[in-house]
Amino acid sequence: MRIELQGIRKSFGDVRANDGISVTVEPATIHGLLGENGAGKTTLMKILAGYLIPDSGGVLVDGRAVEFASPAEAIAMGISMLHQDPLDFPPLSVLDNFLLARHEGILQDRRNARRELLQLSARFGFTLDPDAFVHTLTVGERQQLEILRLLSLGVELIILDEPTTGISAPQKVKLFETLQRLVQEEGKSIVFVSHKLAEIEELCSQVTILRHGRVAGHVIMPCPADRLVELMFGQCLTPTSRESVKLGQPALRLDRVSVSSYRLNVSNVSLEVQAGEVIGLAGLEGNGQQLLLRTCAGLKHPLTGRVYLDGQDMTGLTFHRYRDAGVAYLPAGRLEEGLIPGLTLLEHFVLASRQERTFVIDWPDAQTHTNRTIEGFHIIGSADTPVESLSGGNQQRMLLALLRPSLRLLLLEHPTRGLDVESALWVWDQLLKRRLQGTAILFISADLDEIMERSDRILVFSGGVMSEPIHASQTSCEELGYLIGGKGEAS
Amino acid sequence: MKLPKRLADLLLTVAPIALAFAFTTLILWAADASPGEAYSNIWSGATENATKISSVLMAWVPLALCAAGLLVTFTAGLWNIGVEGQIAVGALLVTWVARNITLPAVALIPLLLLSGMLGGALWGVLCGLLKTHGRVHEIFAGVGLNFVAAALTNFLIFGPWKPADGATMSGTDPFPQAAWLPRLGNLPLVPLAPIAALLAVAAVYFTLKGTLWGLELKAIGKNIRSAFLMGIPTNRHLLLSFALCGALGGLAGAIQAAGVRQRLIPGISAGYGFLALLVVLLSGYRPLLTVPIALFFALIGVGSPRLELRMQLDSSLGGIIEAALVLFVLLANGIRTQLAGRRR
Repeated sequence: MRIELQGIRKSFGDVRANDGISVTVEPATIHGLLGENGAGKTTLMKILAGYLIPDSGGVLVDGRAVEFASPAEAIAMGISMLHQDPLDFPPLSVLDNFLLARHEGILQDRRNARRELLQLSARFGFTLDPDAFVHTLTVGERQQLEILRLLSLGVELIILDEPTTGISAPQKVKLFETLQRLVQEEGKSIVFVSHKLAEIEELCSQVTILRHGRVAGHVIMPCPADRLVELMFGQCLTPTSRESVKLGQPALRLDRVSVSSYRLNVSNVSLEVQAGEVIGLAGLEGNGQQLLLRTCAGLKHPLTGRVYLDGQDMTGLTFHRYRDAGVAYLPAGRLEEGLIPGLTLLEHFVLASRQERTFVIDWPDAQTHTNRTIEGFHIIGSADTPVESLSGGNQQRMLLALLRPSLRLLLLEHPTRGLDVESALWVWDQLLKRRLQGTAILFISADLDEIMERSDRILVFSGGVMSEPIHASQTSCEELGYLIGGKGEAS
Repeated sequence: MKLPKRLADLLLTVAPIALAFAFTTLILWAADASPGEAYSNIWSGATENATKISSVLMAWVPLALCAAGLLVTFTAGLWNIGVEGQIAVGALLVTWVARNITLPAVALIPLLLLSGMLGGALWGVLCGLLKTHGRVHEIFAGVGLNFVAAALTNFLIFGPWKPADGATMSGTDPFPQAAWLPRLGNLPLVPLAPIAALLAVAAVYFTLKGTLWGLELKAIGKNIRSAFLMGIPTNRHLLLSFALCGALGGLAGAIQAAGVRQRLIPGISAGYGFLALLVVLLSGYRPLLTVPIALFFALIGVGSPRLELRMQLDSSLGGIIEAALVLFVLLANGIRTQLAGRRR
């Protein structure tokens, strides 16, 4: 199947997500789509898969113009998308999920479906149990199930959006092997969306690079990585050198704190964090890092033990009292717990200035201030853009722009998750400026390189147990890996 | 089908109104009545003389007041079904003051209006507390409190406040004259009332558009979790929005008791609270639009009884027009959202 996207345009408010993009995907190839966050990759793919309707431009399938009003229509034409987070139904069984979206009469033919699932599964060397419940599967297995389901629906072109986030290394090898077989043995086409250069280099025969909603270049692989980076960012990146920061007074002290959620206990944690210090919290998701971070924010109250900020006992006080004492908390769910969908950037900045205790809003003044901040923080959007139409990277910039000027303690969950290299560097530049002003920073990250590069000290969580603070200069990724895996002291 | 956005917008604004009248016209035809005659009867029944026009204005007042209050709670993301009970409790407190406090009219009347607002606000805050501290959804809390308020009204009328010659559905004894809100000559019009209603609409409009509190309320309505993490005291704001809406409902109750009826009657809230919900839905949450819409509803309310006198049609036809209008407008809004979703 040969797909041609021609002059696709799509705007959200004032933001031009796709600004005249043309791409051709040749039959039986793996076509890479590369670009930083907000470059327009996901929007373009959602248009191809029938989730979004373009403002203008068209799609040709084997030379014939088509228009999709829904994902179902795209699937009927043989095009579908595998999402970053699998869109499946965890409470259902593997077989139930496999049966979804089939249109073959009222009665299900479960016996045939089971046979088909097992056959497909065996062909690609997957081991999926048809009767297992989806919530017991790993993300990688859920991806495998989704691929098989799409194949059984007769899909000819599969779009994969950042498919390697959250899957293990062996699963990644398996996935890549499967994709190559689909192309070579079955003549399927694949569009592979990623911002990881190594993956693109390994898999793709052709690559389209997007930048700011336009095509920055088409490249036939192999191609030097420098060239790809240049097309992606328009400039080469230099990692920020680490300045040594003089640490100040203790900003946060935890004294034998125990907290618990419905499925996890974190017991007897003692910790002292100095002003200007950066502490990285490592561990697999859900091993107690978030629980501890929320305790430091006053969002979760300790069962026993005490929390001190600047020597003041804060135990049991409300989140808003912690906030008044100079604590800020940036959650991972940017639109769920950070920003307010439906409000504009301007309205967000007015809300963020609430400590100035104005009653009547001076809108013209707020407008000026907002325009200045949008520029200063390089946010792609305008004052009256609704915040939900910003890309993930710009939402994160927005959250940083909303922080109050002087903070004692800044708590972040996954500050650079889903961001491209440049945006991530920018975020850390902002955070490092804060630490120079004496803000203590605690952050959770799943990226060990980030933890190693950015932290002064590291805490590793495993099954609710927190390690002793480890100095970043005296450890290695291997040691952290051991600790995360719960293997105890590697030394 | 690809219509230009502006044309589609215009169509979606005009079509529901046309459809609502078409629907009502069909019903009239089915009932073998002349639609033209019915509509002209409603119109003349509401506007033929100064008394009728006064009645329309006095029916507009509680609708406009409650709609203004409901805009506040809607902005906070709340469905304050309890506004009906808030009207009633306002009227109850007014009745207590009128029966128990003797003052010259100049002092008594402000006191009556304030006590009405206080009663409504208390009932509103009670609903709010059930939500913020009792985890009871405000719709269920409101429905429950509406029943309590109605039952309390009846209990007082048929019990402690029963007239000397026995309790009837016509309510308590009239209030002492000092507690009557002054009328314009012989007309059933209390000039104070429409002035208060206009002030309330203007105040709500300004609060929601121009103040930080209004914006914070909007933030709560859109995403209470983010709003809380931004440092907005969400519970306090929610309770205050209930109190404000309740106060405006209570003011409507005070005007009903001390201005229109000059006594407490069973069912004093007369469904104005529910009707005001429809007014707000119809306005698409735009404060200034609630004024003409409430006026339209008041007109139909005052004009419809004539259908019964002249055409032997039940006056509930007015309700059909109102309800059909709301449903068609909501339908058009649904279509609009869907189209917008497509465009995204």
